[in-house]
Amino acid sequence: MYSILKKEFKSYFNSPTAYVMIGLFIFISSMLFYMNLASATAEYNFNLNYMALILVLIVPILTMKVLADERKSGTEVLLITSPASLTSIVVGKYLAAFSVFLVMTGITLIYPIILAVLGEPAVSEIIGGYIGFILLGASFIAFGVFASSLTESQIIAAIVSVVGLLLMWLLQGIAPGLGGIWAKILNWFSLYSRTEDFFSGILSLGPIVYYLSFSAVFVFLTIRVIEKRRWSKG
Amino acid sequence: MIEIQNLTKSYGQIKAVDNISFTVEKGEVLGFLGPNGAGKSTTMNIITGFIPSTEGSVKVCGYDIMENPAEVKKRIGYLPELPPLYMDMTVSEYLSFVADLKDVSKKQKKSQMADIMELVKLTDVRGRLVKNLSKGYKQRVGLAQSLLGNPEVLILDEPTVGLDPKQIIEIRKLIKALGKQHTIILSSHILPEVSAVCERVVIINKGKIAAIDTPDNLSKGMNTVSKLSATIAGPKGSISNAIEEIYGIKYVEPHIEKEKDVTEFIIESDKEIDIRRPLFFAMAKAGYPIIELKSLDLTLEDIFLQLTTQEKEVI
Repeated sequence: MYSILKKEFKSYFNSPTAYVMIGLFIFISSMLFYMNLASATAEYNFNLNYMALILVLIVPILTMKVLADERKSGTEVLLITSPASLTSIVVGKYLAAFSVFLVMTGITLIYPIILAVLGEPAVSEIIGGYIGFILLGASFIAFGVFASSLTESQIIAAIVSVVGLLLMWLLQGIAPGLGGIWAKILNWFSLYSRTEDFFSGILSLGPIVYYLSFSAVFVFLTIRVIEKRRWSKG
Repeated sequence: MIEIQNLTKSYGQIKAVDNISFTVEKGEVLGFLGPNGAGKSTTMNIITGFIPSTEGSVKVCGYDIMENPAEVKKRIGYLPELPPLYMDMTVSEYLSFVADLKDVSKKQKKSQMADIMELVKLTDVRGRLVKNLSKGYKQRVGLAQSLLGNPEVLILDEPTVGLDPKQIIEIRKLIKALGKQHTIILSSHILPEVSAVCERVVIINKGKIAAIDTPDNLSKGMNTVSKLSATIAGPKGSISNAIEEIYGIKYVEPHIEKEKDVTEFIIESDKEIDIRRPLFFAMAKAGYPIIELKSLDLTLEDIFLQLTTQEKEVI
């Protein structure tokens, strides 16, 4: 698993992907932060909230290649016929994408530091916000990796994950309107609504378990998809 | 070493591999021969555990691929038809990754990589990106990858495809040398390759085994007549008549007139009788000098075509 993680992480930085993605993310989040500063609020989580929205576009860039490209270039054979188990391959890849995400998130820590220099931000709220942000990212990446396992085409993988993540975002608006059991079911998929606690500085177990299990479920589904495809392949 | 029993792979109605069984002994180099689409790659993909079979079993060193995939995979080095290379890595980065993937210990990794790169002549390009290498070098990187971890069994799917003649000879030599320490299954649709490298040949057609034997036995077994090509100077008609009188001749045909009054004849005789000497004396007596004489025994190529086309007629 470690060998896959290491290789994947390196390959992000050997190609333009990581740089373009991180550059784009930092550019947009800097604009947000500027607005934050211009409005003279020390309420940083307002910022994190918008950054979480940008993730809908950023995470698919991060994950689209992960499995789709292995399939297209025929390197999947190498991984599957190696003694490494399928689980360790998929988890290794997931963790590599997650590590790149952590690097990217790490860079944005500069904003709260600037805030701390200029004013007195609520530190505990910011920490809570970041934990929520990272957990949300972890879930998005799991969904992105899953989308990448469905197809050979990176573009289709990216589209599937953007649309999927957008839908999950829209759900929190749609679900209450439906009422009854549907509202409850759809609410399970509503990733964003569970960030509210974090962004107001509350660390509760429920959402943490929710995000971790959401990630685990999609990593598991990814393994199943690959396993199932092996049976129908020539 | 490798036992394959009643292996079948079907896709709906189509059977890509249809009930094939064979075994490969330790240290043997087995050729896997068949036209494109015969099921060679599918069989190899099943043996290496890339795809599961529909029915039947594959055992490598006593371990079943379905029950104990990790143990089998540890013992197999696989070079698929398309070498599985990461284009944005350098040769040594790539090999180092594969070594990690195959759990080669840190101590052995360095020396093993150096030995293999020396063996397949990659040392000079170790720092170059895989995508910038020529096809021949890419193939060698693929081969190097399969050798890492020192597996007992090597499965090579068309290892010389797309290489130039010089590289083909080099790779064949290399495979022959590797055959001393490894058990090898090698697939190909190029016949001279198989007869040059392999001790035993499995001919597969439409997912079924058409023949299993040594290249020599195959060519002997299929010959019912022995064929000669003789280029003789003199009038066509009287030469034909003179040849037909020799004992044991079954068939004579003037083939090509090479020069004026010099004709190539195709002569078929009983398998047991060597007619070269009687032919010489007959022609000497008649006063028609033999310019060239060569035997046209069935090559592996003829046998292959016979086996694979016979089947077609049955269907």
